[in-house]
Amino acid sequence: MTADIHLDQKRNAGAAEAAAAPQIATKLRVNDLNLFYGKFQAIKNVTMEIPERQVTAFIGPSGCGKSTLIRCFNRIHDLYEGIRTEGQILLDEHDIYEAGVDLNLLRSRVGMVFQKPTPFPMSVFDNVAFGIRLYEKLSARDLEERVEWALRKAALWNEVKDKLKQSGQALSGGQQQRLCIARTIAVKPEVILLDEPTSALDPISTGYIEDLINELKKDYTIVIVTHNMQQAARISDITAFMYLGSLIECDDTTKIFTQPRESQTEDYITGRYG
Amino acid sequence: MATTNATPTSGLGRLSDATRRRLQRKARIDVWFERTLFAFAFAVLLLLGAIIASLMLSSWPAIQRFGLDFFTENRWAANVEVFGALPAIYGTLLTSFIAIVIAVPVSFGIAIFLTEQCPGFLRQPLSTLIELLAGIPSIIYGMWGMEVLAPLLRTWFPSVFPAGTGLATAGIILAVMIIPFITAVSRDVINTVPAVMRESAYGLGCTTWEVTRRVILPSVKGGLVGGVVLGLGRALGETMAVTFVIGNNLFLNTTLTGQGTSIAALIANQFSESDGTQRSALLALGLILFLITFAVLAFARYLLRNSTGRHA
Amino acid sequence: MDINQTPLYRRRKRLNQLVMVLCQLATVIGFIFLFAILFTLVTKGIGAISPSTFVERTRMNGGGLGNAIWGTFLMTCAATVIGTVIGVAAGTWLAEYSGKGLMAKVIRFINDILLSAPSIIIGLFIYAVVVVPMGNFSGWAGVLALTVIIVPVVIRSTEDMLRLIPNSLREAAAALGAHRWWIIVRVCYSGARAGIMTGILLGFARISGETAPLLFTSLNSNQWNFFDLGSEMANLPMTIYQNMTINAFIPDLVALAWGGALILTAAILILNIAARYFSRQRS
Repeated sequence: MTADIHLDQKRNAGAAEAAAAPQIATKLRVNDLNLFYGKFQAIKNVTMEIPERQVTAFIGPSGCGKSTLIRCFNRIHDLYEGIRTEGQILLDEHDIYEAGVDLNLLRSRVGMVFQKPTPFPMSVFDNVAFGIRLYEKLSARDLEERVEWALRKAALWNEVKDKLKQSGQALSGGQQQRLCIARTIAVKPEVILLDEPTSALDPISTGYIEDLINELKKDYTIVIVTHNMQQAARISDITAFMYLGSLIECDDTTKIFTQPRESQTEDYITGRYG
Repeated sequence: MATTNATPTSGLGRLSDATRRRLQRKARIDVWFERTLFAFAFAVLLLLGAIIASLMLSSWPAIQRFGLDFFTENRWAANVEVFGALPAIYGTLLTSFIAIVIAVPVSFGIAIFLTEQCPGFLRQPLSTLIELLAGIPSIIYGMWGMEVLAPLLRTWFPSVFPAGTGLATAGIILAVMIIPFITAVSRDVINTVPAVMRESAYGLGCTTWEVTRRVILPSVKGGLVGGVVLGLGRALGETMAVTFVIGNNLFLNTTLTGQGTSIAALIANQFSESDGTQRSALLALGLILFLITFAVLAFARYLLRNSTGRHA
Repeated sequence: MDINQTPLYRRRKRLNQLVMVLCQLATVIGFIFLFAILFTLVTKGIGAISPSTFVERTRMNGGGLGNAIWGTFLMTCAATVIGTVIGVAAGTWLAEYSGKGLMAKVIRFINDILLSAPSIIIGLFIYAVVVVPMGNFSGWAGVLALTVIIVPVVIRSTEDMLRLIPNSLREAAAALGAHRWWIIVRVCYSGARAGIMTGILLGFARISGETAPLLFTSLNSNQWNFFDLGSEMANLPMTIYQNMTINAFIPDLVALAWGGALILTAAILILNIAARYFSRQRS
């Protein structure tokens, strides 16, 4: 049957990493990226690297372009008209903005979880199976196994194993968000983008999701946008600070929070503005 | 093989043949899906064009023969081949005017009662009832007008309604028919006023009427007028509620309560037994009716553009 | 001085009371008329309905309404099926693909016009483009006339309901790598199903009571005609109309017309209530 392309690539990527052993490979490389909403420039000359199997957090005040930036990583902006980008984003050294790139395939490799939970109007099981069915033809049993695997991975299995047939929209807010994470993991992407995934959740659910992110980084490259600096400090390895569309500073999280290079970064993390 | 730009060529490195074929197929479906949907949407446009074109084409002989006289001739006499649209146009406009004059105050009264005064336990049932009544087929109103209202009017006011039927009777029936409709639209529109606005006006010590008059009505004026004009559109084009009670007098009768006819009633009565010039003249009447309602409805849409438009 | 006693306040209060009484009066008058109609309908209709009304065909004396009820049901169903296909497709284009272009604005405007166009005009149109070329009145002509009436209803409700689906759901599905058509079919339609069904049911109810568009299309018939849409088709609204006009000298047929009117109205009210129930199912 269909060769499982994701697994192929995962293996290849794994091999590449093994060869470069101690050094952490770069998963995403952003080269001089600019983005315009009509005439307004939302991203200005951003250049950075996102390491594989690490958690990279983007922080910055509202409207600084952090969400806009990560929405470039899976080209979700392409759904809308009037948004123009310049520059390169390399995923495993292939430019995702190159002509001929299949957006759907790209998005199946770079998954995304949104600010508000987005369960589809269908059962819990179908929600998780939705993405799997797009690219793989699994037998009913394999599909069930994969769904269970994803739900376990998202720490949701025990809560929903008896209500797989129920509507995904009937779950609580925190469960819905974990369902969305399970749905994203289920397609086995290489990168997971999280756009303020806990901003609509209570502290307990937030705790669950943070633990989950810690767990997931063993297998996935994680990019998270958060407005909560403590969260960035708790869960990320690398932190990037953005302001007014520019990347001000990007470094090890401990370094950013203890001795930032730029005064703007320091102002922000010490709460001296906004 | 040449492919469209929607299909993957090199992108992101290695693709197995099976995956590539699958992606190509899905991308092709994407393109055809949109084209098919667009074709159906475009058909709506063609439909309107076809309606106007077919009416113009089939009414052409009459237009050619009568020219502008069609609008000034005051009788419709098939036996002598004299066809004047004036009685029908007059009847259509007059009955609709009477209907609006009666229906608007009553509908607004009911809508204000339902939104501002009605005790809570009655509000939902009455609103639902009004909406259900708006769905009753128009022929029922016509039957009731013929069997109940016309005899009543004849008995109670024999000097004003000698026949019971007539233009005024048709206007009353049309009013009863569009009251539920205008009420339902008005209620919806009034309900879109944010509660804070209402509360802040009451907070200044306004009476219910002052809140309604100074705050609510001005803020939804466009929507209310739009709803009324939509109701007018219904009245103008209504066939069945009118044809039973209008009297079907084909000579111009400029009294309010006398018998007359309307475009829709005339077409309904004569079309199936007509041919030649008469048929063409009836189709010309249809074209006139369509153009009148088109103008009225376009005006209503213009007014309703920015308010709620849940109702047809 | 007590503010309640100032002349200005008393005048305001009196005006308020006057208007409120007028509103109550309007409500009472309006409902009296509407209840009077329902009362006449029920009292005149119920006596004319018996089990045989539903199984016997229409005749010049006696008989029932069986063939007319069946004809209305068949033509309404056929028109609804065709209208649903066209309406859902066109409505989906308007909601999902049209963007802000001029074409979308024009189509939306025209659809709004068609939504309230006089139904007798639709009858004339179908007469000119279907009945004249075919050479005879037919069930198909009736079906097409009713289709033209229901399509705008379905387009409108499909577009409105799809617009209620938040963009975040489309983004989430796209972020899993789903193609656009699949997002629409699998995600958007699942969410909008109840609303679209409500619109279709309301449209069904509306066209089942339409008389004017059938006058010159399907006409009417005294015979049982089960599936032959190529020839004249009996239907309830036309039977009621003819019994009240050209057959008005036969008291039995007038009584039967009221029976038919009651059946028709009851069916339409039930459909409307069902549609309401459906729309409440929407979470």
